[in-house]
Amino acid sequence: MPLLKIEKLSKSFGGLKAVSNLDIEITQGELIGLIGPNGAGKTTVFNILTGVYEKTEGTMTFMDKDVSGLKPYQVTQRGMARTFQNIRLFNDMSVIDNVKVAYHQKTSYSAFSAFFRLPSYFLGEDEMQQKAMELLKIFKLDSKAQETAKNLPYGEQRRLEIARAMATDPKLLLLDEPAAGMNPQETQDLMKLIRWIREEFKLTILLIEHDMALVMGVCERIYVLDYGTIIAQGAPDEIKRNPKVIEAYLGEEVV
Amino acid sequence: MRNWFNRKNIVSLLAIVLLYAVVQGLIVFDIMPAFYKLTLILICIYIILSTSLNLINGVTGQFSIGHAGFMAVGAYVSAMVTVLMHGPLLLGLLAGAAVAGLAGLLVGLPTLRLNGDYLAIATLGFGEIVRIIFLNMDIVGGAAGFTLPSKITWTWAFILMVVSVVLIKNFVSSTHGRACISIRENEIAAESMGINTTKYKVMAFTIGAAFAGLAGGIYANYMYIIQPGTFSFLKSFDILVMVVLGGLGSISGGIVGAIVYTLISALLAGIPAWRLVITAVFLVVMMIFRPTGIMGTKEFSLGFLRKKGEKNAASKN
Amino acid sequence: MASITTQIFQQLVNGLSLGSIYALIALGYTMVYGIIKLINFAHGDIMMVGAYSGWFAITALHLPFLPALLFSMVSCALLGVIIERIAYKPLRNASRIAALITAIGVSLFLEYGGMLVLTAQVRTYPPVFPETMYVVGGVYFKYGDIVMLVTSVVLMSLLHFTVQYTKVGKAMRAVSFDQEAALLMGINTNNIISYTFAIGSALAAAAGVLMGVYFNTIDPLMGIIPGLKAFVAAVLGGIGIIPGAMVGGLMLGLVESIVSGLGASTWRDAVAFLILILVLIIKPSGLFGKNVREKV
Repeated sequence: MPLLKIEKLSKSFGGLKAVSNLDIEITQGELIGLIGPNGAGKTTVFNILTGVYEKTEGTMTFMDKDVSGLKPYQVTQRGMARTFQNIRLFNDMSVIDNVKVAYHQKTSYSAFSAFFRLPSYFLGEDEMQQKAMELLKIFKLDSKAQETAKNLPYGEQRRLEIARAMATDPKLLLLDEPAAGMNPQETQDLMKLIRWIREEFKLTILLIEHDMALVMGVCERIYVLDYGTIIAQGAPDEIKRNPKVIEAYLGEEVV
Repeated sequence: MRNWFNRKNIVSLLAIVLLYAVVQGLIVFDIMPAFYKLTLILICIYIILSTSLNLINGVTGQFSIGHAGFMAVGAYVSAMVTVLMHGPLLLGLLAGAAVAGLAGLLVGLPTLRLNGDYLAIATLGFGEIVRIIFLNMDIVGGAAGFTLPSKITWTWAFILMVVSVVLIKNFVSSTHGRACISIRENEIAAESMGINTTKYKVMAFTIGAAFAGLAGGIYANYMYIIQPGTFSFLKSFDILVMVVLGGLGSISGGIVGAIVYTLISALLAGIPAWRLVITAVFLVVMMIFRPTGIMGTKEFSLGFLRKKGEKNAASKN
Repeated sequence: MASITTQIFQQLVNGLSLGSIYALIALGYTMVYGIIKLINFAHGDIMMVGAYSGWFAITALHLPFLPALLFSMVSCALLGVIIERIAYKPLRNASRIAALITAIGVSLFLEYGGMLVLTAQVRTYPPVFPETMYVVGGVYFKYGDIVMLVTSVVLMSLLHFTVQYTKVGKAMRAVSFDQEAALLMGINTNNIISYTFAIGSALAAAAGVLMGVYFNTIDPLMGIIPGLKAFVAAVLGGIGIIPGAMVGGLMLGLVESIVSGLGASTWRDAVAFLILILVLIIKPSGLFGKNVREKV
């Protein structure tokens, strides 16, 4: 039983077909890569999945339920969380508050308790504080909990974004170029982190990446997208040798 | 309940009580001139207005410039309850706040999908419509205005102000407040983190409108007369200016803004012809040289509070 | 009941006259918004200054209508440029709300500065035009109505020509499309922004003079309500879009005179704002606008 099943998905902007006839199937526990040249439509796929854009045609089934037409926050509540290509943190909030926002959907106390500081407010806040600190510890950000998010170095901002997505308690994590702008050492650490959280949280991950070393290194299966359609899929080794893929990258060395 | 009685809260409470007692003493022993008393009560009203607008514009990052409309709803509804229906003052004030909140909900639901300037224009339009409706309602005196007895005392105004500020501050520093702030910071990210952004925008707008209604009720029941002209968009601008002056997003900033702006207006009351000209120049200069306002998005720290606690204690928990 | 049709036509004539004033003011709003994304709240007050300059030219300098109109347009063009340079230019990279508050500040300054210098006393515009009435099929055309319509149409055509076919106009469109790219293409954006303010303010001044002529009286706060209405007109047509402002202005004028004609003149302003809110809810980009979405 696949966790996520996308069938014949299409999206057009005016006359332009950004994504057409897309089929993707992901099983529980897999770590899948989605690669392709610039402008292939990778981020658009994420945006349709998470409800930022509305699909033009096709079906999307997540955990046996249709997820098309949902608002982004509803998609998140169903168990799909994402990060962004261009980091979108809550810049002026503290690191820990960034994470607490993601815990909000499971908050136990009402706005009424908040106004009058009823006991449930203190209980809820304490619980949230504790959970958020644990999560930050996993991502080695606990010492910077009170720091303003925008003051973090770039690599840590990327980590915080993943931590924040994890706080929504997802079944499927969508990572949009998590290694963009990182140096090789940071990328190595990130690979370890991604493998580790997947084991630890029994997570399924779909990641978009430009860094071929990372994709080939961590992904079990890869989809290659070009001009909005899947041109190849399979294990990293097959993908490396696939002539269509090599052509799409215009002779660019794959790995 | 352990968290209620921490040191910070006790210090703040003492400072608030002290401030109240000093002013009350001056009023009881007739030392305080009437004009000072008027100014102090106006400050209380404007603190509620600026704090509630700050929740919408500063905390949630929306752009409302029709706050006087909600103030007008609160003022007229409370006046109708206390005068036409002979209800008690508190009931009138609460009814005013409730109806204003309801108006906020009705206006917010369709318009909060708009962003930035478009929302600003829609709220401005709403404010003007409210004014024109009251202008055309004969039961509340139309353009000539509606007279009512002055029942609000310093005690009423001060307590209601402190309660309003504490409630709003409590909301802002809860998970619901953080949801609002996340919308200001990055709406798309907030939505992907599971925040129902529409719900929280409407919630902030409704709460802000309700407190503006409360302030309107206090105003009406203090001023002897209310006229539709009082609640024109100039009043909305006044409130907006206080918030920006103090620092958008900073609750204590909004309070400082309300105090500073009301005092400036009071000081210039002797030269009415110059009052608005000077205010205007001040505004432009302020925006050019310190567009983030006096406080920026910062709040008072406790150390600072201890020294000047009497003045701004209400800004803390 | 032949009078009903004439009544309707009469309201149409009144509406068009009023609407052409709104359109002239709305153009300035729209041009400034299109180029620097600022709601220039002081725009209505520039119209007021224009009305006073025209009044001064006619009563003190004894100029006839056209030279007075030109005098007023030139002085307000200067005023617009000065305001932009002093108050708005330093804030070009500041937050929208800071810029908006500055605009409100400038607006208050013009209103109450005007009050201080000119006193709150209402001034009467001298009768510039003969009180001739033309009757066509029972509908009355005042000489003033015709002058107003003609003046507005001429000015709007001039504007259209300038924006579409001259070098300055092309530069304006380039700047409003992408300020930085325009700068890289060698366009002096500062000058273009100044031109925009000059043209917009001149049009507002013309509207001010026409308003003085039409309603006979002027006062320092006369700019507030027409300013807001013109803004509604600009949004109605799609803010930032020049033909939109013209159509929006005319439509608003027509709606207002119809509401007045139905005997509900005290609700006239409320109707204008209600239309504004409805347009914003149904099609926020206005009648002529396109919807743009933030890129994720």
